Amino acid sequence: MSTYNFDYLDELEAEAIHILREVAGQFEKPALLFSGGKDSITLVRLAEKAFRPGKFPFPLVHIDTGHNFQETIDYRDKMIKRIGEKLIVGSVQESIDQGKVVEQKGKNASRNALQTVTLLDTIAKYEFDACIGGARRDEEKARAKERIFSVRDEFGQWDPKRQRPELWNIYNGKIHKGENVRIFPISNWTELDVWNYIRRENIELPSIYFAHEREVITRNGQLMAASPFLNMDDEDVVFRKQVRFRTVGDMSCTAAVESEATLIDDIISEISESKISERGARMDDKVSEAAMEDRKKGGYF
Amino acid sequence: MNILKFFTAGSVDDGKSTLIGRLLYDTDSILADQLEALQNSNRKNDDGTIDLAILTDGLRAEREQGITIDVAYKYFQTDKRKFIIADTPGHIQYTRNMVTGASTANLAIILIDARNGVVEQTIRHSYLVSLLGIKHLVVCINKMDMVDYSGEVYNSIIDKYKVLAQQLKLAAVTYIPVSALKGDNIVQNSERMDWYEGESLLHFLEQVDTDNLDKSQLARMPVQWVIRPQTDELHDYRGYAGRVLSGTFKLNDRVTVLPSGASSTIEKIEFFDQTPDAAHAGQSVTIHLKDDVDISRGDTIVNASALPQASKLIEADLCWMDGRALDTSIMYLIQHNSKVTKCKISEILHKVDINTLEKHPADEFKLNDIGRVIVKTADALAFDLYDDNRANGSAILIDSRTNLTVGALMFRAAVE
Ligand SMILES: Nc1nc2c(ncn2[C@@H]2O[C@H](COP(=O)(O)OP(=O)(O)O)[C@@H](O)[C@H]2O)c(=O)[nH]1
Ligand SMILES: [Mg+2]
Repeated sequence: MSTYNFDYLDELEAEAIHILREVAGQFEKPALLFSGGKDSITLVRLAEKAFRPGKFPFPLVHIDTGHNFQETIDYRDKMIKRIGEKLIVGSVQESIDQGKVVEQKGKNASRNALQTVTLLDTIAKYEFDACIGGARRDEEKARAKERIFSVRDEFGQWDPKRQRPELWNIYNGKIHKGENVRIFPISNWTELDVWNYIRRENIELPSIYFAHEREVITRNGQLMAASPFLNMDDEDVVFRKQVRFRTVGDMSCTAAVESEATLIDDIISEISESKISERGARMDDKVSEAAMEDRKKGGYF
Repeated sequence: MNILKFFTAGSVDDGKSTLIGRLLYDTDSILADQLEALQNSNRKNDDGTIDLAILTDGLRAEREQGITIDVAYKYFQTDKRKFIIADTPGHIQYTRNMVTGASTANLAIILIDARNGVVEQTIRHSYLVSLLGIKHLVVCINKMDMVDYSGEVYNSIIDKYKVLAQQLKLAAVTYIPVSALKGDNIVQNSERMDWYEGESLLHFLEQVDTDNLDKSQLARMPVQWVIRPQTDELHDYRGYAGRVLSGTFKLNDRVTVLPSGASSTIEKIEFFDQTPDAAHAGQSVTIHLKDDVDISRGDTIVNASALPQASKLIEADLCWMDGRALDTSIMYLIQHNSKVTKCKISEILHKVDINTLEKHPADEFKLNDIGRVIVKTADALAFDLYDDNRANGSAILIDSRTNLTVGALMFRAAVE
């Protein structure tokens, strides 16, 4: 037998490419949900590996909460130019303007939950039958249960008790009209795997992943970027701190961590030693033990 | 560093979730905020210590009922290896979820409660391990703390199990006495069982040889997607994209395309910006052939000198996974890698009573039933026998009325 170098990153990568090509082969109108975060950036690289020199057999879809870090939007636009693929933007602001959702009130208001409606509307408008997402099973307990091909009913709902068996590496993407499949090619990656892959592949990331100084406030024990999107009052004290973000979401619900990590190597050693999970930096998941399960049942990514 | 995928099996309450929780806990894989959530949870052990099982029971219904319903995947790593664990449910009504978790694993851990010994579930789970061709099996005799860490109890259980292992032709079986709750022989060797001379569970998992797993030499690559940019500068570009299931393809190898039987030579192998000389099992690549042959998704490229079986009539083991029973009068879809074609189950040869392992003639197949059938397919499939090549010897059945995956098939022989 010939020997060859095939380490765990190669294996995870090959599995993800296989899944992406299954999506291309099985669906009429797939889409890749692009959030501007490191996981979806990783998906874009994997799609390049799966389909180049051809075009992606799907557009990228960004659900824009309107509360973005500007750095993410700049990154997105630059990346789209580089890869030459189509970008579709679904706007939460538009959903609010159309009266489909109502802005949350109070100190912890965020647009994170509102995204679901915009996402489902965008899926319906473009008749997407499959949406590729960058969720990983190590992120959260309900995610740990999810299949790689995860079927949603016409209301976008996930029914954890009625998941299809998923055997070997055979993926059943057959659905009825109106249904939709969420597809998670990096299900089996951990946060550290993603970072190691980004380092190995030399992938550029939005600058907010790296330590930088910015104005923050403390909210529920966490550092939040001071921004017009955060409902602040006199009690909130703004101060400057050297921080970075471990996940990139809506500005109103993504907490920063204090960090000196300005290089990817620093980040990797920081994460290896860190004792807080990545989801711990998302206020929205703290609400209850079943927070994620409930949101997914409702149609969330 | 490579990855070991394993799953845990055992009756309800044998301690599967606790064992996984213990592995994660003792390898420092649980992060502070997750630990805090555990400490705040109202599910505690009788002595007030945290219940490690909650780490894997992720669904609301599971926490409420205190049982595992669906497979949960967990990840951890040590200096030696990365691990992917499938915590699978033990209840008979969730057998299909267990098969899901087991199908991608290369090692199984079966738990036996030291107080109960080998029970009906042990037999069923061991049967599934043999059916699914899992190469390595670790039998953990758990809750040793409840039998005073007795070597006699342990030995009498493994003597019983060895009979079963022989009956099921389970080759590589390793036995370890443990207490998942107290942590004996999970990560550290226990001082409370000095009569046991083997390794701790983690140590075993770290060094078990995975190289000999699924290493069929037969080169197979199902085509998933044909890359055709059709631009001016890449006008004639035609790349066959897929994942090599087994074996190795090298430049200038003679290959055959199935089912058409057309043959050609490998002109180029591409992997994004690289053009390697060979493509090996597990790799997702793009292959170019010298001749203009008609190839589309669902076809398989194979080494011309080691052809797979090609047949429309296949004898297979079937595990039924749907609430609606098998109907031998209707057509189903069969999906074998990227190939989908119509099929019928033309004959039920026998059903296995998975508690006694006896074979019975049968004319119906219900949820969680397992047995031997004949599948008749519309198009011929290019397959290998499951025991020789798991990846090319398995398929799923889809009910086209519901689109659900209703059966798992393991190919045992070509008929004719
Ligand atoms: N005394 C003792 N109890 C255990 C041990 N392992 C698990 N248990 C207990 O057995 C019960 C069932 O465990 P659990 O992990 O949920 O079992 P599962 O249904 O197989 O996942 C829980 O109350 C555990 O605390 C052990 O080694 N010793
Ligand atoms: Mg359990």
